[in-house]
Amino acid sequence: MNWAVLFEPQNLALFGHGIVTTLSLLFASLAVGGVMALVFALLLTGPWAPLRWVVGAYTYVIRGTPLLIQVYLIYYGLGQLEWIQARWDTVWPWTHFKEPFFCALLAFALNTAGYTAEMLAGAIRETSAGEIEAAQAFGMSRLQVMFRVVLPSALRRTLPAYSNEVVMMLQSTSLASAVPSMLDVTAAASRIYSDYYLPFEAYLAAAAIYLVASFCLIGLFKLAERHLLAYLAVRQS
Amino acid sequence: MSAYVTAILQGAVLTVGVSLASLLVAIVLGLLGASAKLSGRRGWVALGTAYTTVIRGIPDLVLMLLIFYGGTIGLNNLLEWMGSEATVDINPFVAGVLTLGFIYGAYMTETFRGAILAIPHGQIEAAWAFGMGRTQTFLRITAPQMVRYALPGFTNNWLVLIKATALISLIGLQEMTYAAKQASAATRSPFVFFLFTAALFLVYTTVSLMALRRLGVRFSLGAKRGTL
Repeated sequence: MNWAVLFEPQNLALFGHGIVTTLSLLFASLAVGGVMALVFALLLTGPWAPLRWVVGAYTYVIRGTPLLIQVYLIYYGLGQLEWIQARWDTVWPWTHFKEPFFCALLAFALNTAGYTAEMLAGAIRETSAGEIEAAQAFGMSRLQVMFRVVLPSALRRTLPAYSNEVVMMLQSTSLASAVPSMLDVTAAASRIYSDYYLPFEAYLAAAAIYLVASFCLIGLFKLAERHLLAYLAVRQS
Repeated sequence: MSAYVTAILQGAVLTVGVSLASLLVAIVLGLLGASAKLSGRRGWVALGTAYTTVIRGIPDLVLMLLIFYGGTIGLNNLLEWMGSEATVDINPFVAGVLTLGFIYGAYMTETFRGAILAIPHGQIEAAWAFGMGRTQTFLRITAPQMVRYALPGFTNNWLVLIKATALISLIGLQEMTYAAKQASAATRSPFVFFLFTAALFLVYTTVSLMALRRLGVRFSLGAKRGTL
């Protein structure tokens, strides 16, 4: 075992760079995916049947195929389409498809949106009928019931399941290392492995970083739950 | 073109093989883990808890790289230390099966633990009163009823495991994701091949889901469901 190598300045910098990439990928994809998930969940529980089917099919495909293939489809696959090829040199949004970070971010956001949408839709469907009736009795419209009563409580009740999804997403960002020229924590470990031929030290360090990050995220969600779900907690009398 | 499709389909057979082998390891580890956590002995409980907590905090890919690259060096160092001249290579199939089995064993531990706890304790006491031993109680009383309670969690874990097999392509196992990547590099039409592979995965997960649902019906015979 040769742990000293990990603490040489250039290798510390490598891991530092990796942590920044991993965390920015994680939070960016959670933000984009979260907004998409909210829209999808509203459509899944909404009154328009065709849209329900389309979004349902989307989540089914996303949840039934490996994330690695989704990343490959976006990073390698889209470049094959002539329609994109004609645009990605000049026309604005398409120029991003040449950037590895954007491709990974898009794949992760689309993926987490699929999982989170189903979670949120489940919570919306489980809202107790009495709450909705009470809101209707107050004369609230459909939209008002949704935004004033159903969503605030459904979003909170999704929190425990969502914390699992966030930790899973953190681990999924390690797939970014499958895209060449992306330097996340896993890729940093792989580079140290190939430079020094020290697999144990490199990958154990990466594992420790992920473990600490997971525990921090879980801790944050515990705090948030204590705050936002206090009314559901067991009463201490 | 058709040669590549054949290669992907051959890879699909390997995907099925590697996922079933990993499942077997995961079930064994899950049962061991669940019995450790339920044993009530402090050491075993701590070991089981450490196993499930640590594994769930580390990405599959990192653990796989660790076992594949680290395991090879570790084994060779061990052989050298024992004075052997031989060198071994861990092949990707074994590394993949061990890693996925190890990871999903942790998830299965939690599923099985919950399922065992769901069986009324009186039944186990009754079995002991009949003079059954631990093994007999497990095989005749616990196991058949556990299936029903464990199935929803088991199904989830199995679907995640199937999708995780795609990662083994990154350490060089020539399963269908690997074949698809080769094909797209050679033909410059990655979209078609990756879409085809995604469709094969979708078929695999869908078929598993339907089969497990039927199994659920079979094992819930005679169980009363409360209606609201």
